[in-house]
Amino acid sequence: MSDLIEGFLGKSIEGKKSRMPAKLDYLQSATGLFLGLFMWGHMFFVSSILISKDFMYAVTKFFEGSAFLTNPQPWLVSIVVFVVFVIFISHALLGMRKLPINFRQWQAYRTHMGMMKHDDTSLWYIQAFTGFAMFFMGSAHLFMMMTKAHEIGPFGSADRMYSDFMWPFYLLLLLAVEFHGGIGLYRLCVKWGWFEGEDAKVSRKNLKKAKWAVTVFFLGLGLLTLAAYVKIGYAHKDHAGERYKPTAQIEMQYDGNKVRA
Amino acid sequence: MSRTITIRAMKYNPQSKISKAHFAEYKLEETDGMTLFIALTKIRETMDADLSFDFVCRAGICGSCGMMVNGTPRLACRTLTKDFPDGVIQLMPMPAFKLLKDLSVDTGNWMNGMSKRVESWIHTNHKPDISKLEAPMEPKLADETFELDRCIECGICVAACGTKLMRPNFVGAVGLNRVARFAMDPHDERTDEDFYELIGDDDGIFGCMSLVACEDNCPKHLPLQSKIAYMRRKLVALR
Repeated sequence: MSDLIEGFLGKSIEGKKSRMPAKLDYLQSATGLFLGLFMWGHMFFVSSILISKDFMYAVTKFFEGSAFLTNPQPWLVSIVVFVVFVIFISHALLGMRKLPINFRQWQAYRTHMGMMKHDDTSLWYIQAFTGFAMFFMGSAHLFMMMTKAHEIGPFGSADRMYSDFMWPFYLLLLLAVEFHGGIGLYRLCVKWGWFEGEDAKVSRKNLKKAKWAVTVFFLGLGLLTLAAYVKIGYAHKDHAGERYKPTAQIEMQYDGNKVRA
Repeated sequence: MSRTITIRAMKYNPQSKISKAHFAEYKLEETDGMTLFIALTKIRETMDADLSFDFVCRAGICGSCGMMVNGTPRLACRTLTKDFPDGVIQLMPMPAFKLLKDLSVDTGNWMNGMSKRVESWIHTNHKPDISKLEAPMEPKLADETFELDRCIECGICVAACGTKLMRPNFVGAVGLNRVARFAMDPHDERTDEDFYELIGDDDGIFGCMSLVACEDNCPKHLPLQSKIAYMRRKLVALR
């Protein structure tokens, strides 16, 4: 009954406001922070291909539990992706509350942004646009990774880029992630007053510089990584679908030793 | 050497059925130290007596002459024409407020409503005795609290806010700053729970998207970004 009254009046029987808006605001930030930091780590793992195929293979197997299992299990990755997917959808749901929801809101914001040419106001628009794009692109990627975790590897991932012609998709996803994540982490600091120091104006300038440095770094790293996978995928196109065998394992088999390295 | 400047002002009377919104262009000789207020007064005196705009103090104190100057909200009395190298200045009324005519908007009634909404006065159970001095405050806290009282209610933070333009019921930085001012003041006996009842929703503190155009355009350079973050942290921590 009290839910019915609160839903109708917008306040409790005692006349109090719901604590839910506070919780939603907090959760939006918390999920965003997790995803932003996760993407930094993710980019380092993915870019391991720049060092060598063997290294990327080792990283993949590590996440499949190679440190404590004789036979690494890709479903361990699927579980992690599922958790990230849930957080991702939660963040999208929470972030959606801030988007313009009708033509007039969009028009007012666009006009205002165009007139004022204020950096942070324009950055929010990029954040909103890339966030909307990721509703679809991020979901598609996460679903693929969740259901096909066993295909992640130097050749599997490279074949996906080249032979499955997914590189344009990943190029767009990379841009969306890096812009959205970079702006989002910067905005989190501003929103909660982190790293404010003695002079919030000065610290915000520094935060923005750091934000751009991080964006440029991860975009550069991401583009190089994407190029590396496309190159490997191109070289491997005639054998698309075959899985990578690490160098050490091949050498040991040549010696007649069947033990996996 | 003086130059000729061009002022392009939006003209529109929403009260009139025949008025059509348009930009009127005025050319005038720039003088030393000319502010937009001086330029607009000259235009009204010599070219267009029908042009409406607001002013009172001419010194950046009353907060009456806020307008969009080349797309950015500013006080006309504190904006020098020499700061526009190409000599072309486009003026529009501030958005988010009720348009009265041309460059004149009704900030007064909006601010009055905001003050009532956030209960912008000291709440105490003690009956004040105005013949006696107020209870003392720590000087540092007093400085920080009264710093926020320097707000002149010009409406520039509201007009600069993209959130406010999308969501008309948003209380704006001026309202959040006002709550922060009383939340800091030890004379005010309200608790954080009480402040939550005023701004603890998506039209209040949790609606702010941290675009910080309020802080970047505030003519009094108030620490709006910090105070909004301060209130957000306080109210999110409530159980």
